[in-house]
Amino acid sequence: MDDLLREFLTESAEHLDTVDAELVKFEQDPNNQVILRNIFRLVHTIKGTCGFLGLPRLETLAHAAENLMGRFRDGFPVSSASVTLILATLDRLKAILADLEAGGTEPAGSDADLIEALDAMSQMPAEEAAPAPAALVVQTLERELKPGEVSLEELERAFMEAEGPDELPPLPPLPVIPETPAPVAAAPAPAAAAPVTEKAPESKPVEMSAEAAEAAQKNRTIRVNVETLEHLMTMVSELVLTRNQLLEIARRHEDSSYKVPLQRLSHVTAELQDGVMKTRMQPIGNAWQKLPRVVRDLSAELSKGIELVMVGAETELDRQVLELIKDPLTHMVRNSADHGIESTVERIKAGKPAGGTIRLSAYHEGGTISIEIADDGRGLDLTAIRRKAVDRGIATQADLERMSDSDVAKFIFHAGFSTAQVVTSVSGRGVGMDVVKTNIESIGGMIDIATQRGQGTTFTIKIPLTLAIISALIVESAGQRYAVPQIAVRELVRIEAEGTNRVERINGAPVMRLRERLLPITSLSSLMDGDMGAAVADTPVSGFVVVAQVGRQRFGILVDEVFHTEEIVVKPMSSKLRHIPLFAGNTILGDGAVVLIVDPNGIARKVGQGVASGDASEQADEAGEAALDKATLLVFKGGGSFKAVPLSLVTRIEEIDAGKIEWLAGRPLIQYRGKLMPLVPADPAIEIRSQGSQALVVFSDGDRAMGLVVDEIVDIVEDHLDVEIVADRSDLIGSAVLRGRATDIVDVSHFLPLAYDDWARGPRAPKAKNPTLLLVDDSAFFRNLLTPVLKAAGYEVATAASAEDALRQLKSDAAISVVVADLEMPGRTGFDLVAAMRKNGGRIGDLPVIALSGQIGPESITKARALSISDLVAKFDRSGLVAALGELNTTPLDQAA
Amino acid sequence: MQAANTNASEASVSGQHDYVTVFVGDAMFGLAIERVHDVFMPSGVTAVPLAPREIVGLINLRGRVVTALCLRRRLGLPDREPGAACMAIGLEQGAETFALVTDGVGEVLKLGAETCEPVPINLDARWRDLASAVHRLDGRLLVILDISALLAFGEAIAA
Repeated sequence: MDDLLREFLTESAEHLDTVDAELVKFEQDPNNQVILRNIFRLVHTIKGTCGFLGLPRLETLAHAAENLMGRFRDGFPVSSASVTLILATLDRLKAILADLEAGGTEPAGSDADLIEALDAMSQMPAEEAAPAPAALVVQTLERELKPGEVSLEELERAFMEAEGPDELPPLPPLPVIPETPAPVAAAPAPAAAAPVTEKAPESKPVEMSAEAAEAAQKNRTIRVNVETLEHLMTMVSELVLTRNQLLEIARRHEDSSYKVPLQRLSHVTAELQDGVMKTRMQPIGNAWQKLPRVVRDLSAELSKGIELVMVGAETELDRQVLELIKDPLTHMVRNSADHGIESTVERIKAGKPAGGTIRLSAYHEGGTISIEIADDGRGLDLTAIRRKAVDRGIATQADLERMSDSDVAKFIFHAGFSTAQVVTSVSGRGVGMDVVKTNIESIGGMIDIATQRGQGTTFTIKIPLTLAIISALIVESAGQRYAVPQIAVRELVRIEAEGTNRVERINGAPVMRLRERLLPITSLSSLMDGDMGAAVADTPVSGFVVVAQVGRQRFGILVDEVFHTEEIVVKPMSSKLRHIPLFAGNTILGDGAVVLIVDPNGIARKVGQGVASGDASEQADEAGEAALDKATLLVFKGGGSFKAVPLSLVTRIEEIDAGKIEWLAGRPLIQYRGKLMPLVPADPAIEIRSQGSQALVVFSDGDRAMGLVVDEIVDIVEDHLDVEIVADRSDLIGSAVLRGRATDIVDVSHFLPLAYDDWARGPRAPKAKNPTLLLVDDSAFFRNLLTPVLKAAGYEVATAASAEDALRQLKSDAAISVVVADLEMPGRTGFDLVAAMRKNGGRIGDLPVIALSGQIGPESITKARALSISDLVAKFDRSGLVAALGELNTTPLDQAA
Repeated sequence: MQAANTNASEASVSGQHDYVTVFVGDAMFGLAIERVHDVFMPSGVTAVPLAPREIVGLINLRGRVVTALCLRRRLGLPDREPGAACMAIGLEQGAETFALVTDGVGEVLKLGAETCEPVPINLDARWRDLASAVHRLDGRLLVILDISALLAFGEAIAA
């Protein structure tokens, strides 16, 4: 292949990628002439070059696409169909280019289908028939240029001329390719001629100057072979090493005569290193370039509206890293679009905006770059993942119950793990996420998931800026030095024989107390022996613990000595040693010694296997804590204080135009979703605004809704809830400390009757018919929370704080016809209570029971079924509870009544 | 087979080959000179935990990290006495450099086909896999080692 062709291939591929991205932008902003001109110019360049290089197939195709774009420029309306068509054409161009690259010649084949479609579209309102002469002129031009080898200068000049398609109408394909259907020849003429007559005069000077500026810009950059850069990088790495060695020697000698030049050498080397590194740095936007197109196509294919927001595209990272994350990123964005974002119907039903959003952001953080892929879709179905994990035998039920949600979510990184109900052409085959994880870990990166059912999923990828040189902590274990990548190191702790910083053991597994939490510890020497058991025999009394974090997993690595941090050049492990998971590579230190670079990911896995007991118990504690005590609250400001309400009760948060608030009989109302919704201030001190915007927290139940007027929505907080009950105010349940702020917890049941007189009291009117429900929950907070909900659902509510209390009430109050019980209670659990009821037999034994649980797993479902519990409802699922009660109502309740 | 280094002599002229001789215990082995890059004293070996037994560790050879493997272990012989002298041969395979640690290095021999014999079939299986030929020399035998075979280990463990 000759150089000219190779250059053309590289350049065209880049141009096509740019056009791809630009077209998607253009579709959203069809009036943007700058984008259009850019697209037009790029396609024109490709077409022109094809002509010179004798690539008829490419040329005809590019030509047809150009024609259609020419129409856009003339004001032809931009439709989604036409953009799709051009995108399809670009894909074909890319395919031909790929074949060209592989084979050196243009592949045989016909593009008549696309060309016809393009022509049909560009001819749609083809009124402005143009004078033919323009085409004739070009024909001669074409004939002059085509034969003979084109010199570089000529080509250059031709490019310059070709830039302004206005002055130089496109080349008609007819003379070049005989197989082109005849009608095509007619097509270019009108499109090309129109601008000549209308636009050329005024647009010409402007374009020329812009062109000239661009040309000047281009001259400042040159293309350099990647291998040259790589070689340069290697040489600089060697230089850095040699410099380090020299510095080490200088440290040992007192001879100051070469200290100064050495210092200078050191500086220059550092600058050189920076400079060379810069040549390798590219904005991450390069890896994102294809994504708008991918999302657009998916959006059309899956018929959901998806918007891709990209933030921080200018964030730079190493070219090599960029290449490696390109595919994983594309894969993850596809996944988010396919699985993450719900269908439009589902979204509207869930009260979300019809169009989903995928947000891609990148930012620097220390020596790493963080990339987030966040969608506002349905979130991961952790229940399904748990089930699937058991089905596939990846984890046992017992394991799962100890796992935190974020660990459960990580199962999606297992090979062949897909919970998608339907396998689509886009994804759902369960291939991919495991590869994504492997790819990211292979470059020393880490990936984490945060997901919230119904709210969306966020993947966070943390990767080193560059693979070549990293900052590492040099440590010593069993007389040998190792390098630990700084990225994984959180802190260092010195071991003491006595006191807080000592190593303790749980069944032989070493752990350490670190700020009131247990940290599983593994000694580096025992890892290196490959024998976890032997080394734990004696408790270490000296040394250091390197606290490392990989994803959510935190662990300590016990080492004998910690030296210093050093910039090290990562050299790959020998192929004979690559299978050892503990090492990420090796390097040469300043003193010339070879040291091994420890791979934190590999150690994290070993820690999980070897010291499982200590680690698992910690996770279990965490999970238990989360299930029992953590609540998600919406925090807002009202009446000069922070207030919060459980997010589960909130239907929606609204910002309304205060001017739309109407006053009826002294009560504020607003038209909301075609109905009148009463507004109630969250605090007497709140003044309902008359202008500007007003924040509302909307609660709804069935077809009734109420707007709680607040001053400002502050935050959504997931926190430990320790409510202190206050008795003197009926609008508050109590107060709690959230994120360090004293916050009032609002009692929604106080406001509901204020909005609708009959909300809570209404159903009480036919009192005799109302069934009585016994709510059993150890937490006063939840009892207070659920009582108004249950009352609103039409029940008389009795409450019990423990299983004993519940049994007592059941025996004494014959009116109780249904029991709602929390499963997780201290002492006798909900299951124990139900078991006792069933054992008791008679009326109490037959009562329908709905169980509330923080975690619903298959095991609890089986258990619940055995006790003939009617339904299991997640603790915060208010509407689920009401629905479950509704189902009961139809049959067993009637029998009870 | 891997391309030899640049200073490789025209190997097959007149059917003669140059071999670097190395010693392990009493035995003498020959290595095709085209594959030999360096002869050096190994020092500052960094042990690699969990590595295959044959691998002694990593050595800094003029700024390159080379993987050192022990010929004794590769041949299933007992380790040499601690502190005993040793020499290393630098070999290249693919883009990597290996150091073959031996007891000593002897002269370079030019040997022709006339002294060459196939590997005797009664040889230990391990040796038979690694040897490509045997040359009859005055008073002793020279076993020619197949360097590619010598370096083909460890993959099974990796899998």
